[in-house]
Amino acid sequence: MSKRIDVKDLNVYYGSFLAVEGVNISIEAKSVTAFIGPSGCGKSTFLRTLNRMHEVLPGARVEGEVLLDGDNLYGAGVDPVTVRSQVGMVFQRPNPFPTMSIRDNVLAGVKLNNKRITKGAADALVEKSLRAANLWNEVKDRLEKPGSGLSGGQQQRLCIARAIAVEPQVILMDEPCSALDPISTLAVEDLINELKDEYTVVIVTHNMQQAARVSDKTAFFNIAGTGKPGKLIEFADTTTIFNNPSQKATEDYVSGRFG
Amino acid sequence: MTTNSLTTSQGAGRAGDKVFSGATLAAGCLILLVLFGVALFLVIQAIPALVAPPADIQGGHGFFAYIGPIVVGTLIAAVIALVIATPVAIGVALFISHYAPRKLASGLGYVVDLLAAIPSVVYGAWGAAFLAPQISPAYNWLASTMGWLPIFQGPASATGKTILTASIVLSVMVLPIITSLSREIFLQTPKLHEEAALALGATRWEMIKMAVLPFGRPGIVSAVMLGLGRALGETMAVALVLSSGVLTASLIQSGNQTIAAEIALNFPEASGLKVSTLIAAGLVLFVITLGVNMIARWIITRHKEFSGAN
Amino acid sequence: MTVTAPVARKRSALTKGQLPAFAPYVVLAVALVLGAAILALIGFNAFGWGLVSAILFTIGLVGWSAAVEGGRKSSDKLATCLIVGSFLVALLPLISVIWAVLVNGIPGIISPGFLTTSMNGVTGALDNKSVDEGTKVLGGIYHALLGTVQITLLATVISVPVGLLTAIYLVEYGNDRALARAITFFVDVMTGIPSIVAGLFAAAFFFAVVGPGTKTGAVAAVALSVLMIPVVVRSSEEMLKIVPNELREAAYALGVRKWRTILKVVIPTAISGIASGVTLAIARVIGETAPILVTAGFATTINNNVFGGWMASLPTFIYTQILNPTSPSNPDPSSQRAWGAALVLIILVMILNLGARLIARIFAPKAGR
Repeated sequence: MSKRIDVKDLNVYYGSFLAVEGVNISIEAKSVTAFIGPSGCGKSTFLRTLNRMHEVLPGARVEGEVLLDGDNLYGAGVDPVTVRSQVGMVFQRPNPFPTMSIRDNVLAGVKLNNKRITKGAADALVEKSLRAANLWNEVKDRLEKPGSGLSGGQQQRLCIARAIAVEPQVILMDEPCSALDPISTLAVEDLINELKDEYTVVIVTHNMQQAARVSDKTAFFNIAGTGKPGKLIEFADTTTIFNNPSQKATEDYVSGRFG
Repeated sequence: MTTNSLTTSQGAGRAGDKVFSGATLAAGCLILLVLFGVALFLVIQAIPALVAPPADIQGGHGFFAYIGPIVVGTLIAAVIALVIATPVAIGVALFISHYAPRKLASGLGYVVDLLAAIPSVVYGAWGAAFLAPQISPAYNWLASTMGWLPIFQGPASATGKTILTASIVLSVMVLPIITSLSREIFLQTPKLHEEAALALGATRWEMIKMAVLPFGRPGIVSAVMLGLGRALGETMAVALVLSSGVLTASLIQSGNQTIAAEIALNFPEASGLKVSTLIAAGLVLFVITLGVNMIARWIITRHKEFSGAN
Repeated sequence: MTVTAPVARKRSALTKGQLPAFAPYVVLAVALVLGAAILALIGFNAFGWGLVSAILFTIGLVGWSAAVEGGRKSSDKLATCLIVGSFLVALLPLISVIWAVLVNGIPGIISPGFLTTSMNGVTGALDNKSVDEGTKVLGGIYHALLGTVQITLLATVISVPVGLLTAIYLVEYGNDRALARAITFFVDVMTGIPSIVAGLFAAAFFFAVVGPGTKTGAVAAVALSVLMIPVVVRSSEEMLKIVPNELREAAYALGVRKWRTILKVVIPTAISGIASGVTLAIARVIGETAPILVTAGFATTINNNVFGGWMASLPTFIYTQILNPTSPSNPDPSSQRAWGAALVLIILVMILNLGARLIARIFAPKAGR
């Protein structure tokens, strides 16, 4: 239930503006990879190209290849919808659907696609996904209540449960803890550690300690200046990046000299 | 590399996307078509009146001799309505935005919206049955004291069904439009400007003069233009209130007519060339209001670009 | 940030040159008494008393303030008086209209059969008889009520899909394209079309397509749609715009198609606002008179077919009963029926307006926190 990602010579454009340039990276299956770097370095933009979410913004396009177990996401005839059902995403701010109950939020991916599912199968899926998101015990008695009634951290784990319920191969997380308090952050970080047993997880974070805590490998992105494209500077084991980086820029960043 | 497993997908869903976006696009285009159709069909049906021999048109001097006085009457009624409504509307808007207690403000806004909710025919009935008789003594007084002014020349109408009464009813109807738009603009006044003025020791009125009114001026202008558009096209207030007749300078005698009321009063019984004439009159009204509204919208969009309030 | 202490100390110094707090009340009392006295000389009426007292109050307060506090404070007081005054002036017609409709409308509405009978067979002779012999006023608004409901329903059925789909195009697919900008601009223009021109358009269209003199409820519904569509587009557009983009992205990220995202996530989130906007649009067109006047003709009998024959409506009923009373020599029965219909119409409009607010509240997504 998990696939690897290989990115080859990827350029991302917004209109004629080159936002991210020449990324080559290989993300192993069943691992946690963190993207770090200063604001505006293109790490979130790059993350969104891994499930073609960047296309939601008008004028965004890419050059190059993103291979999901060898299948190019940008190959001819590939439907972005199929890509997204294999590569799930969790966003910066928790965004449960306000019109749906907790249960319906978990089932959203199934129900919104009009897939037939029996009541028993649905119940099993809800419980499995919520358990996987470490949320089952907190919400099992109020599954019919609106999802927006949960705390921020619970909402974020609900969003993770919702992403898991679609049974993706990869889960992308775009600064999933930046809107959460420290305790909720801890709960989500614990969850990320468990998720890697089954999924490939890619996480963008501003918080270097968080990258150090949760990830196996870390990629450092940087920009030369405003208006210049973001680039992948260094990609290595997390311990290497934080203790013994090969690039000067990486060392400056992780040691807190800038950014 | 083998075949891409990601290309296998449900075709039905893709078709759904196409059908749905196509439907929304079609709806949008339909609106453009309708507006184009409004213009086109009005023109087609109006042409017979425009090309007919002048003697066949009501009045016997051709379409433009027929429509001219009515256009003037329409403008008189609308302009008087605005002259009455604008200061009151700005006052009400300022009252709600800057004077009334915060808690009351939204409720008071709703009260003003109630004015807009009352159907025009009810205003017409009220103007004819209540306002006109009540106001006719005032017209007698105006005629006797200020009769030397052409606009107040006597003898005043005994029923009070004059263009001035119609304009007063119109002013009540455009008041909520001007009020609600100005109120929105006033509320958008940057708090910093207001506080800067107050910090300099300005009184509330000086603050309004220094910060609120200059900021809101383009908004007020466009609100007044939109009110003008409404006043020009309003039918019932005039059709029921005004005892119409030929173009006269005096506002307190019966006489004058507006395009909308002329159409409403005559269209139901009209046939043949008369229908064309009235539709042509409608076309003239359409062009006038279109011009007024476009100017108003243009002012609003131009204002939006540099206000930074949005 | 240590301003509090000096401000508290200075305050007493600042209040020196001010009018006492009770000043407005004193001036008001004096103005009321003086106003009553003046009005007693020229014949008392409540409206005049209010007007004269308001003027005296303004003069008195501003004058006193000018003497004690100086020009700046007094012009501030003058502005306050004028602004509050303009609000009171704006209330006058509202109160007057509602009062007139209630006083004149209640006798009409309580006359038996008013809501359940039509004007079929009600002639001038019957009205004359009711005035001369004091028998009850016959005839009612059933046909007009039925016509209004049918015409408005049909107009809603036409306008809501077109308006809502257009709003979806503008918000979800438009992307600020030239076509989207053109539609936005022309929807704005459409908002300003005079209602009678909308009626003439529908009439001209049907005259050209079906045949001269085609007047049915359906033509009126088309005319009302021209007025209603821009309102629906604008309000739905606003409501769709405030649906957070995050919800759309969340759905896309689950592999949900755009059209399903719109139908199942965006619209349900915005439905309360859309529904209340539609209700307000109905409230707006239900009272329109002019477009129906030129498109549906006048009927005095019940017509159940929107697509055939002339059809009455409440606004046109009011209009014709006032302008062309059933009995020209005795217009009172017609006037009573007209005011009764006006009261019914206002009640309908108010119910729709209140309904819009209720809908907005009831269907709003529950935060539940």
